[in-house]
Amino acid sequence: MELKLPIYLDNNATTPMDPRVLDAMIPYFTEKFGNAASRNHSFGWVAEEAVDYAREQVAKLIGADPKEIIFTSGATEGDNLAIKGVYEMYASKGNHIITCTTEHKAVLDTCKHIEKEGGQVTYLPVQADGLIDLKELEAAITDKTILITIMYGNNETGVVQPIREISKIARKHGVLFFTDGTQAVGKIPVDVNADGIDLMAFSGHKMYGPKGVGALYVRRKNPRVKVTAQMDGGGHERGMRSGTLNVPAIVGFGKACELCMNEMESEAKRLSVMRDRLESALLELEEAYVNGNREHRLPHVTNISFKYVEGEGLMMGFNKNIALSSGSACTSASLEPSYVLKALGLGDDLAHSSLRFGLGRFTTDEQIDFTINAVKTTVLKLREMSPLWEMFKEGIDLNSIEWAHH
Amino acid sequence: MAYSEKVIDHYSNPKNVGTLDKSKNNVGTGLVGAPECGDVMRLQIEVDQESGLIKDAKFKTFGCGSAIASSSLATEWLKGKTVDQALSIDNMDIVEELNLPPVKIHCSVLAEDAIKAAINDYRVKNGLPELVAEKKAH
Repeated sequence: MELKLPIYLDNNATTPMDPRVLDAMIPYFTEKFGNAASRNHSFGWVAEEAVDYAREQVAKLIGADPKEIIFTSGATEGDNLAIKGVYEMYASKGNHIITCTTEHKAVLDTCKHIEKEGGQVTYLPVQADGLIDLKELEAAITDKTILITIMYGNNETGVVQPIREISKIARKHGVLFFTDGTQAVGKIPVDVNADGIDLMAFSGHKMYGPKGVGALYVRRKNPRVKVTAQMDGGGHERGMRSGTLNVPAIVGFGKACELCMNEMESEAKRLSVMRDRLESALLELEEAYVNGNREHRLPHVTNISFKYVEGEGLMMGFNKNIALSSGSACTSASLEPSYVLKALGLGDDLAHSSLRFGLGRFTTDEQIDFTINAVKTTVLKLREMSPLWEMFKEGIDLNSIEWAHH
Repeated sequence: MAYSEKVIDHYSNPKNVGTLDKSKNNVGTGLVGAPECGDVMRLQIEVDQESGLIKDAKFKTFGCGSAIASSSLATEWLKGKTVDQALSIDNMDIVEELNLPPVKIHCSVLAEDAIKAAINDYRVKNGLPELVAEKKAH
């Protein structure tokens, strides 16, 4: 196959929409434009039918009942609705939530909001491989605990938490379990019943669907879970999420779920082979380290630190041709290096030196070859320019130097 | 955020990457920044002691493209200047020359600090008092 440039390896940020998804959506922008809540004419019926069908497609991917799917604008909304909604709905039972330090900001900042409202939140640390300690989780549960919120797969490292073990602990103590499934759903098998999930947020655009649409799974049986709506209005989505349904996006989301359902197994195999090839080629470089557990990990992700070179400087060497992201401070608005990598115990220097590779449905072998070559060449070039590399090579312990922190 | 052409040019073809013999009396070495902050610059000057001119300057930098470009530019500007003239290089001159955006101004400050540190190292080696730099906010 011919090499196609530029190469997109940032599929954890967003994915390109599958053309088959677009084809499914197009009629719902123009001739089938009805409001799914219009009960009295054919335009409404057509839209409602399309939404119902999409709801089945989405539910099927995660082993849920279609009635358990609440359409949202995306995972951030789903995270907010689940956490705030449970906190408000179950206020009489308690006010304590357990989460962990490597969660997405949509979860962490929602938890901070809950604390401002007077709630209690425990932020579990993670181990060096990014996994939470189940004993610590269980020990953190009190008689006031109403919710455990631990993500399925991490957006920066791809580390997959022990979801089934977490849900068993939650069940045992009568605590609800919410998981942010944004990076995992559509990539690895997720089954809300087998996994024991009570609530789960996920998003269309991380799985080759459109942006601006997602779903919150809310369990209806054993136990029946309810969340307090966070937006007042027409009482759509069983009263949990008001707002006219975004029919074309929902149709696309449904189609994207169907495609993942059908293709996930072969796609995950193909991508993990490519990812492993990329990873082992890059680990041939000296002082290169994979961040996070390599066994319990999404098949399309690897996060690697190249010691003694800085991530943004590294990306500049090939960002005309390759799109990926770094845990370096310079790439974030906050000028702080990745809090996820720091939670794994990485020093700021290693966090600054990290690159995240997120492969996807349209990644080719030729693109991986090109990437291996470009990254290796640039790391070697920048190390020649790096005073830290020179000191390392001279056997100087960098920790022995008194750095002028600024 | 897009980089200016000058930053890209210095990054792609950095001038004066390398190491001078720091044990020599006429070589001044400045090492500034910290790995945890994502920027470390080492800048060195070699002074021709008869003429007092900086005859060579080298750098090595761990950091983003703007940090690499700032140090590369600094070494270019240093060569041929007297030590006193070199002291007048201001970080804002670097910002202007490289069109650095506000979030990258700290790269230029670091380059100025590296110049001053190299000069001070040279001065101390040659029995001159250390200059106390007015502190700039990073």
